[in-house]
Amino acid sequence: MTHILTPVLTDNWDQDRSWTLAAYEDRGGYSAARNALTMAPDDIISAVKDSGLRGRGGAGFPTGMKWGFIPQDNPKPKYLVVNADESEPGTCKDIPLMMASPHTLVEGVIISSYAIRANHAFIYIRGEVLHVIRRVQRAVQEAYLAGHLGKNIHGSGYDLDIVVHAGAGAYICGEETALLEGLEGRRGQPRLRPPFPAVAGLYASPTVINNVESIASVPSIIGNGADWFASMGTEKSKGFGIFSLSGHVTRPGQYEAPLGITLRQLIELAGGMREGHELKFWTPGGSSTPLLTPEHLDVPLDFEGVGAAGSMLGTRALQLFDETTCVVRAVLRWTEFYKHESCGKCTPCREGTWWLVQTLARLEDGEGSEADLDMLLDQCDNILGRSFCALGDGATSPISSSIKYFRDEYLAHLEHGGCPFDPAASTVFATTGATA
Amino acid sequence: MSPLPPDRFTEDETGLTEQTWRELRQIAARYPQARSGLLPMLHLVQSAEGRITPEGIEACAEILGLSAAEVNGVATFYTMFKRKPVGDYHVGVCTNTLCAVMGGDAIFARLKEHLGVGNDETSEDGKITLEHIECNAACDYAPVMMVNWEFMDNQTPESAVQVVDELRAGKEVHSTRGPRLCTWREAERVLAGFPDDRADEGPAAGPASLVGLGIARERGWTAPEAGASKAVQPTEETK
Repeated sequence: MTHILTPVLTDNWDQDRSWTLAAYEDRGGYSAARNALTMAPDDIISAVKDSGLRGRGGAGFPTGMKWGFIPQDNPKPKYLVVNADESEPGTCKDIPLMMASPHTLVEGVIISSYAIRANHAFIYIRGEVLHVIRRVQRAVQEAYLAGHLGKNIHGSGYDLDIVVHAGAGAYICGEETALLEGLEGRRGQPRLRPPFPAVAGLYASPTVINNVESIASVPSIIGNGADWFASMGTEKSKGFGIFSLSGHVTRPGQYEAPLGITLRQLIELAGGMREGHELKFWTPGGSSTPLLTPEHLDVPLDFEGVGAAGSMLGTRALQLFDETTCVVRAVLRWTEFYKHESCGKCTPCREGTWWLVQTLARLEDGEGSEADLDMLLDQCDNILGRSFCALGDGATSPISSSIKYFRDEYLAHLEHGGCPFDPAASTVFATTGATA
Repeated sequence: MSPLPPDRFTEDETGLTEQTWRELRQIAARYPQARSGLLPMLHLVQSAEGRITPEGIEACAEILGLSAAEVNGVATFYTMFKRKPVGDYHVGVCTNTLCAVMGGDAIFARLKEHLGVGNDETSEDGKITLEHIECNAACDYAPVMMVNWEFMDNQTPESAVQVVDELRAGKEVHSTRGPRLCTWREAERVLAGFPDDRADEGPAAGPASLVGLGIARERGWTAPEAGASKAVQPTEETK
C-alpha cells in the first residue's frame, strides 16, 4: 500500500545545505548517473518509457517516447534543453526544487543527455529568480569540478557541457518553440510545427525539451527501477508529482504525492480552508486549466481524471479561492495577464485577448449587458483552436469555465452596478471579524 | 535600407569599458552559436550601464554580426530589459490573480502612495523602481514581492513599506529565503552568467516548501522501498 505522500524529489529539501554537492552525494547522489554511463543509451530510453513518466510541464506527453523521436541517424549534434521557465500562474514547484536540490536536476540532465546522445545541454531558467539561478550555476560548477561534467566523464568516453541560461521576462518562453527562439537570441515567438523540435529544434538540430520536474525524476527511475516508479500513481498516470497548494488554505505549500490523489485529501493535509471559510473555485493546474468547483473535490488528480472533469491536470498548480473572492475579478486579472504576455505573432491571440479584457472589464464594473456573456464566449470561440500556440487557448479557459459555473455572479455585477465583493475580505491580512 | 529609428535616449551616455566588451565576447563564446548569448549579453549591458543603452545595443550588434535594429527588436520583447534607468532596487509586486486577491493589490497601492510613483517609475531619490509583475512562481508564499528578483515572501502593506524604507536608508535587508539584497546592477551581472559567489547564503527552502515533507516525516510516510533487483541494471553486453 503506497503512502498518501511520497517524498522523492522533495525528500532532501530539509537536509542541511541540501543544495551542495557534498550533501547530495552523502545521500547517494550521482550514483544513478554513474550507473547510467555504463548502460546502452537505448536501455535508458526503454527504462523511462517503461516507467510511464509523462511530462511534468503540463502537457503530459510520455517522456521516453519523446526521447525516442530523436533521429539518431541525423548527423547533426543532438541537444537537451531543460524548460525551467516556470511562469504559469499558480505554478511554483520547479523553483523550490532548483533552490533546494539543483544537483537532482543536474544529475537528471546527465542521464537524459547521455540517453539521447547529446553532448550539449542548456538549462533555460526564467530570469526573475536570482537566487535559484545562483544555486543552479553553483551546482553545475561543482559538478564540473567533481568530474560529473566535461570531457570523458568518469572514464566513460562521454562528454557533456551544460550552459545555464537566464531568460529575460516572457511567459511565452515557457512554450517550447518560443523558448528555443529565446535561446537562439531572438524574440520569443513560437514556431510553426512541423517540423517538431525532435527533428529540427535548437539550431535546426534534433532537440529534446523537457520540464525541470520531468528531468529531475529520471535519476530516481534509473536508481530504483521503472517498476518502482510505475508502482505509484494510476493506470495511465504513473509515478509521483509535486502538488502546489496556494491561496485560501491553512497551510499552503508543496505536497509530493502519487498522481491520483484528490484535492479533498490535499486540503485535509493542509489543515483545511482558512478558518471560517469554504472553497469556492480552484484551478487544477494553473490559470490555463479550466476552473473547477467544490463538486470536483474527489476527482483523481491524474491526467485522465481531471480531463474527464472538463479541465486539465497541467502543472498541479492548485490555486484555491474561498467565498470572499470575486470570480469576475479573478478572471479579469488572468485575462489581463494573457493580453500582456501574448507575443503578438498571431491575430486571434493578439487581438482576441485585448477584446476579452475590454469586455470583461466592463462587466466587472457593472456595465454592459447579459449579451456580453455570449459575446465573451463567441470571442473565446474565435481564439480557442485558432491561435498559433497554447497561450491563446489557455486565455479562454478561465472565461468559459467561470461563465459555466458562475454565470449568476456575472449577472450580479450588472444588478449591483459594480463588483459586489469587498476585495479587503479576501486578503490574508483581513481580520477574521471583518470577514466572518 | 530604412534608417534606424531616432535615438530616444536623453541622458549622458557612458562608453562601454574594455572589460564590458571582453565580457560580452565571453558570453557569446559560451554557446555553439554566438547569437544565443544575446539575452545574457543584454543583462550584462544593464549591469554595466544601468539600462539598455544605444551603446550597449551597438556593442551586441557588432559582436554578433547583427544590425542594431535586430538587437533592438529582441531587447524590446522582454520585460526585464529596461529602456529607462532603474533605481538601485527594483521592487516588483505580484498582482497576478492569486497574489492580487491575497493582498498584492493592496500592497502595490500602498507602495505607489508611499513612494509617490506610478507603475514602472523610480522614486525621486533614485533608489526604488516600482513595478507590478506577473506570477513569479512563489504562490505558496502569497502575497509575494520581489526585490531585484529575490523573494520577499508573505508580505503585507506594512512590511512592504518597511522593506523599501530600510533600503532607502541604506540598511542591510535580506530576502526571506535568500541572501542579503544586492543592487539591481549587481543582480543583472549574475543573470549574465557571472556568479557573485553567494549561492551558499540563505536556507535550502522556505517553510511552505517543506510543509508536505514535514507531514510525511511526522506520519512516517515515504515512497515505496526500491527492490534492489528492480533497479535498472546495465545489460551484460554493455557492462
